[in-house]
Amino acid sequence: MNRNLTVKIKDISKSYGGVKVLKECSYAFEKGRMHALIGPNGSGKSTLLRICGLIEMSDKGQITYHEHNHAIEHTIELKRRISMVFSKDGLFNTTVFKNASYGLKVRGAGFRDRHERVKEILKTVGLWEKRRQSAKTLSAGEGQRLAIARSLVIDPEIIFLDEPTASLDPANTALIENIITKLIRDAHKTVIMATHNMFQAQRLSDRIIFMHEGELYDEGLTGDFFERPKNDIAYQFLSGKLIY
Amino acid sequence: MALIIEGFQRAFSLLVHLDPELLGIIYLSIKVSGLALCIAAVSGIPLGAVIGLRRFFGKGLVVSILNTFMGLPPVVVGLFLYLILSRSGPLGFMGLLYSPTAMIMAQTILALPIIIALSLAAVTSVDETVKQSAQALGASSGQISILVINEARYSIMAAVIAAFGRVIAEVGAVLIVGGNIAGLTRVMTTTIALETDKGDFELALALGIVLLAISLIANAGLHLIQKKGVRS
Repeated sequence: MNRNLTVKIKDISKSYGGVKVLKECSYAFEKGRMHALIGPNGSGKSTLLRICGLIEMSDKGQITYHEHNHAIEHTIELKRRISMVFSKDGLFNTTVFKNASYGLKVRGAGFRDRHERVKEILKTVGLWEKRRQSAKTLSAGEGQRLAIARSLVIDPEIIFLDEPTASLDPANTALIENIITKLIRDAHKTVIMATHNMFQAQRLSDRIIFMHEGELYDEGLTGDFFERPKNDIAYQFLSGKLIY
Repeated sequence: MALIIEGFQRAFSLLVHLDPELLGIIYLSIKVSGLALCIAAVSGIPLGAVIGLRRFFGKGLVVSILNTFMGLPPVVVGLFLYLILSRSGPLGFMGLLYSPTAMIMAQTILALPIIIALSLAAVTSVDETVKQSAQALGASSGQISILVINEARYSIMAAVIAAFGRVIAEVGAVLIVGGNIAGLTRVMTTTIALETDKGDFELALALGIVLLAISLIANAGLHLIQKKGVRS
């Protein structure tokens, strides 16, 4: 598959009920890199992620997907080249297998293709034995593993992760991080992950984008950002003094 | 007291001996209410889903009207339908008054707001993350709608059963537009009303027992569906 899709945002703003949650955010995400949007609660990370993932519309500004320097329209075809995992697993009230194969089914894939691909991915995340079980009977950790598997089975070029381990215990967090490293990072997919866990961002990402009160405050290579934050707000966040 | 006991004895005798008149009335009741329910379900479930899933101007008003119509008095429905179907009414030329078709129409009108409003509530209550997950997985708006209806299936089934409970037990609308004609439009509720008026309780009691049994089965079904919905 072509992996030339890139995404760029320009002057993105968004308000909810008169409260501005995003203020003219601009950024060009790099192809094949793992980006972590970090910042305190309410900084606008999830909203920005949903807008980039074409789940929500911005009030102002532009979100542009490019391929070979050509802008691509926001059609269903484009939407089928990207995917998103939410902090809540959002599983459907059906079996593990049907959850995992949904993305392939809506693309019109036949049963044999779906079965092969789903088998491979469910084995990787350790859920193949539970394929006939109702997804609602899974534990929180298993549910999130299934949510990630479900979004990877369609082989997206860009994947958005919204606090993928927010409600999990340390053991399950480690398991999910391992899956993200193995199946997403090592596969050189473009990843944009929102997290309030700076240690997770440090462990997983190539680039950090620090957000505060709806603005992109700082950005840089992960190592540089954690060693030498460029501004005082980012420094306060890293030292645990920025609490809301 | 003796009258009641005797009435019950005769009623059980009618039931045990599968009285043809009794069976005919039960069959017509189930046929009329069943068909009305099918029509209301086939049109009401998609309509409820569309109203629930789309955003449009005046949606709040539409929902309020639907909720109000859930409690439509059957006699009022019967009266309006009578005026429409009577010889001088706009559909009088069809000659449907005092026919099972008119009764099906009346019960469909009674069942429809219940099915639409409860289906609407069911699809609205589906977790937003479920819809967004489907969207993120590349589903089209039509595919998302099908998924949401499927997610809300237990609540929608409960809506259909609730509507069945309402139409099978109503008397006002079918009496006005059906006319309670023996062998043609006489159903369980209208027969009970008529036989009680005549002071002839055995058939009324027998039908009352059947009506209660049907309500019990419908409610047991509803309970099972809700239990399954909670468990799954």
